[in-house]
Amino acid sequence: MLHIEDLRVEISGKEILSNVNLHIPEGETHILFGPNGSGKTTLMHTIMGFSGYKVTRGRIVFKGEDITDLPINERARMGLGVSFQRPPTINGLSTRKMVEICATGGPVNVDQLAEQVHCTPFLTRDVNANLSGGEIKRSELLQLNAQRPDLVLLDEPESGVDLENIALLGESINNLLNRGIRRSAKSRHIGVGHTRKKSALVITHTGHILDYITADRGQVLNNGALQCSQNAREILKWIREYGYNECYKCAN
Amino acid sequence: MELMDNTNYSFDAEPHEYVDNLADISSEDAQEFLNVGVDTDESNRSGTFILKDVSVVHCKTRQEGVEIMKISEALEKYDGLKEYMWKGLSPEKDEFTQLTDEKPSGGFFIRCEAGVKTRFPVQTCLHLSKEGLTQNVHNILIAEEDSDMHVIAGCSTSPHLDKGRHIGVSEFYVKKGATLTYTMIHDWGANIVVRPRTVTYVEEGGTYISNYISLKPVGSLETNPLTYLNGKGAVARFNSILVAGVGTHLDTGSQVILNAEDTKAEIISRAIVTGGTVIARGNITGKVPGVKGHLECKGLILKDGLLHAIPELQAEVPDVEMSHEAAVGKIDKREIEYLMARGLDEETAISTIVRGFLNVEIEGLPQSLAEKLDKAIADTEHDMM
Repeated sequence: MLHIEDLRVEISGKEILSNVNLHIPEGETHILFGPNGSGKTTLMHTIMGFSGYKVTRGRIVFKGEDITDLPINERARMGLGVSFQRPPTINGLSTRKMVEICATGGPVNVDQLAEQVHCTPFLTRDVNANLSGGEIKRSELLQLNAQRPDLVLLDEPESGVDLENIALLGESINNLLNRGIRRSAKSRHIGVGHTRKKSALVITHTGHILDYITADRGQVLNNGALQCSQNAREILKWIREYGYNECYKCAN
Repeated sequence: MELMDNTNYSFDAEPHEYVDNLADISSEDAQEFLNVGVDTDESNRSGTFILKDVSVVHCKTRQEGVEIMKISEALEKYDGLKEYMWKGLSPEKDEFTQLTDEKPSGGFFIRCEAGVKTRFPVQTCLHLSKEGLTQNVHNILIAEEDSDMHVIAGCSTSPHLDKGRHIGVSEFYVKKGATLTYTMIHDWGANIVVRPRTVTYVEEGGTYISNYISLKPVGSLETNPLTYLNGKGAVARFNSILVAGVGTHLDTGSQVILNAEDTKAEIISRAIVTGGTVIARGNITGKVPGVKGHLECKGLILKDGLLHAIPELQAEVPDVEMSHEAAVGKIDKREIEYLMARGLDEETAISTIVRGFLNVEIEGLPQSLAEKLDKAIADTEHDMM
């Protein structure tokens, strides 16, 4: 699904990522760990193609196509989707309209989708206007659920979310990735598993989200390069026990 | 400025024939009128007044308790309108008011009787069709006690018109407990000079809502309506949507004097500049304790041009609550990229943001007009890109 080769990225002349190699196969969810300032968000934003992130070496290949120089919207149309940490408010544009915009694959039932992530009250409000941190997370997931991307980039989906809503959020992410365990009475669970083709890259600081979503692999980003690729829960245990220092030592 | 010189204008025009049935108005005119919210299908209007150059071509009320007539007729009927005519402002105010006093071209008198609520908006149209004419209009609007009136005031020019001038002296009186909603839509021309001079008085418990929309080119427009909230609990709200392309000069503002306790004013404007000039003024003056005022002035420069926001707050006593918020600049790149990440191309993302920016809630608009306005904004966007 996603191949990143030898990626080097600068922000205003300063190198943030020095050498990133990453492979996310179809249907897999990868967790991205790393200390503050290690470049996790930079990596995600570079994959999406936001301005300010200059690729000075290497390339990003998505679904077999080199997307390193493609505009953001073309990446989105190819099936890349991202949740924003601090999305801007767009005055005069309602959340409902925004969800409709996201539905590039065809019309969606906005009310039903909103109901699922408890976003109904803000459908009529300007998108992101006066939303709390947790509400933003839900609104972003609502938009992604309308967009149905094949590779989802989630930046700390659990931060700012209260305990009551975190399970809901996890379930919504699982749905997005065709990994939900809710199914209609007629279908068998094996059917859900077989249609799983969605991939994800998820940034987490706390690891709490791992209690709710299933991860296939974890990656540790440190000093601008991926230094470890392991089972996500194992990595989390190591980090909880020894901090990132151990990852650093291990890589060197 | 040459355009201000009276010798450049003619003061008279060939009379236009009165049209008894609004549906018989020429289709060309009807289209012009419709663009500024004036519908020749009257079924959704409580009355109509149309002045073309210096001739009233239609004037009719469709609701009992709503009086619509030429100003000259009202002066006769009401013994010179002594309490209203030139009471709101003085002819000495400036050269334009003076000219309107000396050489008036007509105007409307609309009065909503006490306790009457207009079922539909009343519509007025002041239309310029003669090349080089100066149209010096004097209007009076009275919302009697506890009445509720909505007026849609459209101003337009014929497509062929190059030069012309419109001066509009307007005196509005909102009596105790009354509500007046006044929606003005302007569609002038690239070389037209426009000088509205408006004063509004609001009594106790009265509400004045003014919506102003100017999306099309206009050579030079200068308006700074003054509103006095003179009675306890009176409220005034202003919403403006302004677009200035190349050659357009818009100097607009709203000025509110809070003269009585518990009065409240809100001034909101949105301006888009694509090569022209917008000066967006706002002034709220608090004269007594316990009043509230808020000014919000936002502008985007999409292409070259000038955008000058001048929000002013003046408190003359303690214990007033007044605030303002002004922001001018370009579209935030993060907003564009946010939409692009959801699949919109850059151009569509920008137009979506612009449309949202202009999407100020215009209170009390009939659905059909709201839709028309939405379309006009969409067309404007198209011209801007």
